Amino acid sequence: MSREILKVENLSMRFGGLLAVNGVALTVKEKQVVALIGPNGAGKTTVFNCLTGFYKPSGGSILLDGEPIQGLPGHKIALKGVVRTFQNVRLFKDMTAVENLLIAQHRHLNTNFLSGLFKTPSFRKSEREAMDFAEYWLEKVNLKEFANRTAGTLAYGQQRRLEIARCMMTRPRILMLDEPAAGLNPKETEDLKALISVLREEHNVTVLLIEHDMKLVMSISDHIVVINQGTPLANGTPEQIRDNPEVIKAYLGEA
Amino acid sequence: MTRNLKQALFSALLVWAVAYPVLGLKLTIVGINLEVHGTSNATLITIAVCSVLMFLRVLFDRQISSAWRSSPNMPLIPAKASNFLTLPTTQRWIIIALIAGALVWPFFGSRGAVDIATLVLIYVMLGLGLNIVVGLAGLLDLGYVGFYAVGAYSYALLSHYFGLSFWICLPIAGLMAATFGFLLGFPVLRLRGDYLAIVTLGFGEIIRLFLRNLTDITGGPNGISNIEKPTFFGLTFERKAAEGMQTFHEYFGLEYNSINKVIFLYLVALLLALAALFVINRLLRMPLGRAWEALREDEIACRALGLNPTIIKLSAFTLGASFAGFAGSFFAARQGLVTPESFTFIESAIILAIVVLGGMGSQLGVILAAIVMILLPEMMREFSEYRMLMFGALMVLMMIWRPQGLLPMQRPHMELRK
Repeated sequence: MSREILKVENLSMRFGGLLAVNGVALTVKEKQVVALIGPNGAGKTTVFNCLTGFYKPSGGSILLDGEPIQGLPGHKIALKGVVRTFQNVRLFKDMTAVENLLIAQHRHLNTNFLSGLFKTPSFRKSEREAMDFAEYWLEKVNLKEFANRTAGTLAYGQQRRLEIARCMMTRPRILMLDEPAAGLNPKETEDLKALISVLREEHNVTVLLIEHDMKLVMSISDHIVVINQGTPLANGTPEQIRDNPEVIKAYLGEA
Repeated sequence: MTRNLKQALFSALLVWAVAYPVLGLKLTIVGINLEVHGTSNATLITIAVCSVLMFLRVLFDRQISSAWRSSPNMPLIPAKASNFLTLPTTQRWIIIALIAGALVWPFFGSRGAVDIATLVLIYVMLGLGLNIVVGLAGLLDLGYVGFYAVGAYSYALLSHYFGLSFWICLPIAGLMAATFGFLLGFPVLRLRGDYLAIVTLGFGEIIRLFLRNLTDITGGPNGISNIEKPTFFGLTFERKAAEGMQTFHEYFGLEYNSINKVIFLYLVALLLALAALFVINRLLRMPLGRAWEALREDEIACRALGLNPTIIKLSAFTLGASFAGFAGSFFAARQGLVTPESFTFIESAIILAIVVLGGMGSQLGVILAAIVMILLPEMMREFSEYRMLMFGALMVLMMIWRPQGLLPMQRPHMELRK
């Protein structure tokens, strides 16, 4: 059907004597939602860190649209359209919500020193467009009324949504969400689910997520990859994963 | 109680141990020998009183602190006033008032006052420049004086060897300092916090020693003297013009008055400081300024959003250095003499103190702190021996009572209009 946008093969990450990730493989097709699950400490976030350039993988290959990106620095990978959120929200806490969104648009703005100094028309235009784009997304994630509040003073669920909106500012192709539903109440989790499907349907974003909330994972994922202790355990559709005895064993222990 | 008593006795003794050798003993020259004499009784009595006070303070430490706590917690400035004072709009009005004051100042102040005001303005420029690096981008730079030296020597050398005028050299000096900032920043900015501070400290010293030992070109410890003063569209302010030049007073048919030169220098400094103020004010509202602050807050999040941390830090470092370059070339022009001794570490410390004292990131704070830091030592010439002591005491007191600085500024937030 659609083409493969991200292909990870044989990924491994070693910290000294510890092999945190070993031989993980992933294939993500365009506009899919792929979930990465596994018990605590399985190495899910390490995989994310490798994919987004925060760690240099010790082995394996990561292909984005057929182009190898393993080992590139984080900001270069982000510029290629792979953007992530963090397990513990990382907003710029002393800045307002809308400023958080403006910073993420940095590379789309007129950063010419002189035009900024003298407020040239092109500079004003670029700032205004950035503001409009930020406003559009604030509305999408239901935070418009909090636009001028400092990010640190927002409620936890709002911060999570703001972080997703901030990622969208960079016009990403792949959005990587690290436990987006952690700490959310059932209502907020439902909203998140709706938001993810909007991202996919209306904005052509491919989503890769780590999540522990099985109800959420099972209902939105097209494909699930299970890892346990750094090694791939299973992968397949939600139905296949649900019935896989290996997965049940890893999660619940031996009966 | 006995423990308190012991501690109190020890503290009182400590007062003696510190104060007596410094204040209580005097070296006097008798014939060709130096002799140690005790000082007057008044000094000894003062020390004794201090030690007794210290004794009581430590002995009744608990009572004092509980009394302090039970008294209604009165901050030095009421919260409302402090909030009002830190608003960007209020500060803008205060700055405008200060600028208006600065413009009329030279026509009412005495010659000495104008001269000191010029010095203050140089430090305002330096403080504003360092504020970019330390206050906005959060990079602790202890070698800032190195860029100041680069700017000063750029003008001094170009003027000495090629006879270039101040106004041509000013941008060149800024560029030179910026280049040095860029070159230093490149390898250094991957370091963090303390390491960065130490490397920049070393760099500042290297520049000074380099200038000092390059005797053939820079004149070594003697420096370069007779540097030309800035001209007013080609008119000099000397009594007699050099060949092919005209003097200011002749051109305008005025009586020669040496104060004109001082006032002119002051106005040039004011112009430069205002330019710096304007640029920094704009930077705060530009994507670059926002990126600096974002980087200071969370570098990892910045990288995840595709901002290149190295480039952004480097731009802060380079821009900060260029302001030091401008200040340096003006300094050289004003003094007419540059020596490596003008660029010792203590200069860096003073500039950093101005930034910290003023309140990180606050422009008004930096201006006020520059005034305080330069004016106090000038006004208290009699106590010049104790300058460093007072400097230290001021820093300690500030960090206890107002760690956020004299007048911190609430950041101007970008807001969504509804």
